[in-house]
Amino acid sequence: MQTFDLEANGLRALNETLQAQAQTTNETAWDVINPRGSHAIAVGLDAPIEVTVNGSTGYYCAGMNQQATVHVKGNVGPGAAENMMSGKLIVDGDASQYAGATGHGGLLVIKGNASSRCGISMKGIDIVVGGNVGHMSAFMAQAGHMVVCGDAGDALGDSIYEAQLFVRGSVKSLGADCIEKEMRPEHIAKLTELLDAAGVDADPADFKRYGSARQLYNFNIDNAY
Amino acid sequence: MCGIVGLFLKVKALEPKLGAMLTDMLITMSDRGPDSAGIAVYGEDHEGRAKLTLQAADPALFNGLAGEIEDECGVAVKLRTIDTHAVLDLPEDKLAQVRGTVKYLRPDVRVMSAGEVIEIYKEVGLPGEVAKRFDIPELTGSHGIGHTRMATESAVTTLGAHPFSTGADQCLVHNGSLSNHNSLRRKLAREGVTVETENDTEVAAAYLTWKMQEGATLGEALEAGIDDLDGFYTFVVGTKDGFGVVRDPIACKPAVMAETDQYVAFGSEYRALVNLPGIEDAKVWEPEPATVYFWKH
Repeated sequence: MQTFDLEANGLRALNETLQAQAQTTNETAWDVINPRGSHAIAVGLDAPIEVTVNGSTGYYCAGMNQQATVHVKGNVGPGAAENMMSGKLIVDGDASQYAGATGHGGLLVIKGNASSRCGISMKGIDIVVGGNVGHMSAFMAQAGHMVVCGDAGDALGDSIYEAQLFVRGSVKSLGADCIEKEMRPEHIAKLTELLDAAGVDADPADFKRYGSARQLYNFNIDNAY
Repeated sequence: MCGIVGLFLKVKALEPKLGAMLTDMLITMSDRGPDSAGIAVYGEDHEGRAKLTLQAADPALFNGLAGEIEDECGVAVKLRTIDTHAVLDLPEDKLAQVRGTVKYLRPDVRVMSAGEVIEIYKEVGLPGEVAKRFDIPELTGSHGIGHTRMATESAVTTLGAHPFSTGADQCLVHNGSLSNHNSLRRKLAREGVTVETENDTEVAAAYLTWKMQEGATLGEALEAGIDDLDGFYTFVVGTKDGFGVVRDPIACKPAVMAETDQYVAFGSEYRALVNLPGIEDAKVWEPEPATVYFWKH
């Protein structure tokens, strides 16, 4: 286990060190202490390493991640796991706005609540939220899955493409072109897999599925404002 | 962008440290707003006394002012000059009269705040330098609000700096921009409420003051503001004994709050809160959009 004191050594040194790890590195476990809400912690990683951040972070934690597993023992600020390609970000606390935005792959687990615009424009990422998500979550979501164990705020899935949304609690309102859909066996299977991967104890049978009505795909004069 | 900080103390023991704690929070937010900085502190209540915080580009204007006010108004006042600001200590029932007299005696001196306990200090420049000029770390009080400004809607001037105070012991700081401030300014003018600057935030402050003059509580005024103020905003407001937070319904301006049994704190980012005592065990959360949060002593 390598320990990195962010306060003593600075953000640039942290990210340079983590980004320099080779695919075959033996130094696979990293502990970051004193994050104190700093921005851009553990961004741009591209090696199968495990980074534990002991405390809360600011903007863009674990952005652009590939392969690495980042575990934040605290809350994350806006834009966590933004544009993640693969790997994992696990957040023990809450996440601020636009967590997992534009993510292409990997798994984002938020054990607490996520704020507004969670999963905006997601392109293949899987997101599992233990609590609630805020308004405009999964806006223009193109691919991937979002699992919400609590409630969803206003305009869930507005202008959604082919991402699949699973919500256990209430949905305050659905956005344009987002509808409730049938839960078929393959959806139960996928949801079970995601809940297991996230380590969340929930019954897949309690969830409802939401997705695109596909009415916005083609030009329709009635959709013009 | 702008950075906002606020601290509302629940216990007396922390009061001597208020200025130091707020300054630390404010300096952390320097990169959110390097244009100007300001701070409002609610100090000790001296029965029957009130304060006027004055500002002058040339502090020489304060020379002899106390004596001239005493001659004009027939009351004893004390004047304490701090850099470009001065705090006048005067009998509470003479506040309006003294304010009018200051305007008459020194037309170039501006009133930053008026009230029983509030003092406001604000200037252009980096937050750390502004705090140093006014010795803000030494200030004591029960609650306070600070602001670092990245100017978008009006010029970088002392008057355009936050906090804005448009009523006795009231102040407001803002991160965001209002889109209907011009029409609202005209509407308020028709109601007899005038503002001094072209700044959008001052209109918001004046709007809340007007609502409260009409009989609303601060909480009710903030609720009404959600309907009447259009644009992006996170507001932190102070009254003589209260502290409130509200965000617009879209809530894209960042905000983090923390509460312990000793204090309630607000920051644009969590970074601003990390040096507060007991923050590790505080309840930390992001205020919901279009929701009014309010605490009172």
